[in-house]
Amino acid sequence: MTVAQLRNARRFLGGRRALPRTTLRRGSGISLGVAVLWLSLLVLIPLAAVVATAANGGWAGVVTTLSNPQTLAAIRLTLAQAAGVTVVNVVMGTLIAWVLVRDEFPGKRVVEIVIDVPFALPTIVAGLVLLGLYGPRSPLGFDVSNTRSAVFLAFAFVTLPFVVRAVQPVLEELDPEIEQAARSLGASEAQNLVRVVLPSLVPAIAAGAALSFARAVSEYGSLVLISGNLALRTEVTSVRILTYIENGQVAQASVVATVLLLVAFVVIGTLDFLQRKVTRRG
Amino acid sequence: MSIDIQGVRKQYGTFVALDDIDVTIRTGQLTALLGPSGGGKSTLLRIIAGLEEADAGRVVIDGVDATALPPQKRNVGFVFQHYAAFKHMTVAKNVAFGLEIRHRPKEEIRDRVKELLSLVHLEQFGHRLPSQLSGGQRQRMALARALAVEPRVLLLDEPFGALDSNVRKELRTWLRRLHDEVHVTTVLVTHDQEEALEVADEIVVINDGRIEQIGGPDELYDAPANPFVMEFLGPVTQFRGEFVRPHDIDMFASRASEAFAGRVVATQRVGFEVRVRVVLPSSDAPTVTTTNTSVSVTRAHFEDLGVGVGDEVWLRVARGAARVQSEAVAVGS
Amino acid sequence: MRHLARWIAIVYLALLVVWPVSLVFWHTFGDGLAPVFATFADPLVLHAFRLTAVATAWSVVLNVLFGVTISILLVRHEFPGKRILNVLVDIPLSVSPVVVGLALVLVYSQDTGIFGKPLAALGVHVLFATPAIVLATTFVALPLVIREIVPVLHEVGTDQEQAARSLGASGPQTFWRITIPAIRWGLLYGVVLSLARSIGEFGAVKVVSGNVIGRTQTATLVVEQFYYEFDKERAFAIASALALVAIAAIVAVGVLRSRAAIKEANS
Repeated sequence: MTVAQLRNARRFLGGRRALPRTTLRRGSGISLGVAVLWLSLLVLIPLAAVVATAANGGWAGVVTTLSNPQTLAAIRLTLAQAAGVTVVNVVMGTLIAWVLVRDEFPGKRVVEIVIDVPFALPTIVAGLVLLGLYGPRSPLGFDVSNTRSAVFLAFAFVTLPFVVRAVQPVLEELDPEIEQAARSLGASEAQNLVRVVLPSLVPAIAAGAALSFARAVSEYGSLVLISGNLALRTEVTSVRILTYIENGQVAQASVVATVLLLVAFVVIGTLDFLQRKVTRRG
Repeated sequence: MSIDIQGVRKQYGTFVALDDIDVTIRTGQLTALLGPSGGGKSTLLRIIAGLEEADAGRVVIDGVDATALPPQKRNVGFVFQHYAAFKHMTVAKNVAFGLEIRHRPKEEIRDRVKELLSLVHLEQFGHRLPSQLSGGQRQRMALARALAVEPRVLLLDEPFGALDSNVRKELRTWLRRLHDEVHVTTVLVTHDQEEALEVADEIVVINDGRIEQIGGPDELYDAPANPFVMEFLGPVTQFRGEFVRPHDIDMFASRASEAFAGRVVATQRVGFEVRVRVVLPSSDAPTVTTTNTSVSVTRAHFEDLGVGVGDEVWLRVARGAARVQSEAVAVGS
Repeated sequence: MRHLARWIAIVYLALLVVWPVSLVFWHTFGDGLAPVFATFADPLVLHAFRLTAVATAWSVVLNVLFGVTISILLVRHEFPGKRILNVLVDIPLSVSPVVVGLALVLVYSQDTGIFGKPLAALGVHVLFATPAIVLATTFVALPLVIREIVPVLHEVGTDQEQAARSLGASGPQTFWRITIPAIRWGLLYGVVLSLARSIGEFGAVKVVSGNVIGRTQTATLVVEQFYYEFDKERAFAIASALALVAIAAIVAVGVLRSRAAIKEANS
């Protein structure tokens, strides 16, 4: 259930008959058992271990860890920069999706590929990529290495595709007759955009924004080279966790990791809620 | 191979799709399950096929209780409204599918596929993909595919519903002829009464999960059991507390025996017929309710009568016409 | 307004993605091809590539096997807890790679891990070795195959599968002859995407592998290693190779998808 399913949720509204409470027979029952076992071993139990380790230190441990100035600074920096980048992505992502769907120009297919690059590129390579143009030997003379802007930049890079890919399919499937009706009633381009098109994009934009935020908050690889990981200044949460791990302070690492997991769950919950809202609205 | 449906019931949440259905489908016959959309006929067909499970009741196929059998063990051929063609296989491979999974020898498969493709007039299309065929051709392929494994029963779920009306009519006739040739017990689900009347040996009218009437096409048309069946199978109008067919009302320009007077309020020429709307005073209270009766006459007859809007006419139900009590009157009087 | 939007988008993408990426290639091949080839001849680098390849192969195979199973369960069946399964599948997308690494370390640690301890007693060492790297790369790519197959399964619908069953096909026959061919393109896209993702994993692998030079470093870890050693040349060379794989993956999927779309439109 994600962007792709949000898009498909609308399609599968009233078409199929409702399935009964369970359709599992022996074969599929066993498959379910195996799948659940696999997911437990790989995902559920390891993540639960993180939360359990964090809980082991009790509330005292949590408070101590989170009130550590370096840790606190890292979390604040991460959340703030991620929020800022999400805002930028909402605007730019929607704009780019608009251009991809409604505009025609030579080389548009190149744009499609470019947008997916940050998603497929290894994060460490992304770091090198950004260093080239925004590091010490920048041909633009624009050096953000070891500054907060580097964090912002890295976040912007890795989260580029999310809002675009969330909005694009919805925009593509928008019924042109609705906008034609608006125009026949006298709406200008701007009014059409603001009153008719954008409102129907809001769930998709929100979904993309949620994914973008979660991705930014989790980001690690692209930052290591360009941000300098300066404590209290340009150190993000994931780097802080790694430091704790490398120092053998597993309990503290788990506490901070649990904070990140909480953020992830809030995001997933939002996406689930949005998907059901879209399904209901039809 | 007869199919016996006993006390079948099916529910989706609070929606009752089938309510205690009892019907026997006779061997070698072409039976139509006729009714409005959502009435339960497709559900019943799928339960016969084993594609859905009934909540209660039994399905007995040729004396064997098949209720718990999965579809692959029932030996029924199923044809879907939207063809369900195996898109990644050629037409020939589609038709051969049932035989291939039974691991028949290659030669046997080849011969049988050839035989079937010529039966459905698709000999030249064996190597094509379903996407390269028209809708009607795809449905013929689907039929050949279902017949390939020599099913005991052929089940068709609104098979022509997705096709253009002229293709529909063509295939309808073709299906009847195919049935006459092959003689497989066939059950056809349709919401088109013309189709059922034209093609079926016996019609089961299903509405709201219940059977309204079972009988041959003539029987259902001439002696409908209730207003629903009457209305579903043909045009209907009200005349003095009864439902009658518009063309079963004799119209006279002057007083006639056993005829009732009324006034013409509208006439409409539609093709070869003229529809005349006549208002009659209600039998009990002349001032209160009036019924609108629509009488259908041929153009020639209408011109002979020489009547127009505002004129008085006399109406009488023709001898031997189908008449069904209107429920409102039955309740009131 | 249309033109303005277009140019804003193009400039944004050029400054954020196109120019920086091309600079990497430029730096790599700036001094000619020879140093690049030398890099790829280095046994350290070769070992890293091999390790990446092995981990990726395992990750793709596991994610295809379980991905197809889970997709079918999610689309064709109803059962209590289905929504939880749905959520579980999407978790890896939102979790930080470092947290993934931490989670695996906690569970597979030889001394205290609930799996690690018994496994160590059996002589199986997961952490700081290939198995841990496989687990980490499998984790991060987990949703990708499923996300591609699920919409296709929805779209294809059950008609063909029901037709097959009505013709007498058993479960496995229906699965292999009808279901798999129907989803083959979605499956392919999923494989290519999870391939790219697995090859590119960095943070999680760094934590669980111990980052031991020459032994447990994947290609991505080697890039970082070389950069820290001021060996920018070799870092860029490997980075370029990885970038090329990523871009090839995107282009391949894009081309295949548009061709499939054209075929759909014409039929």
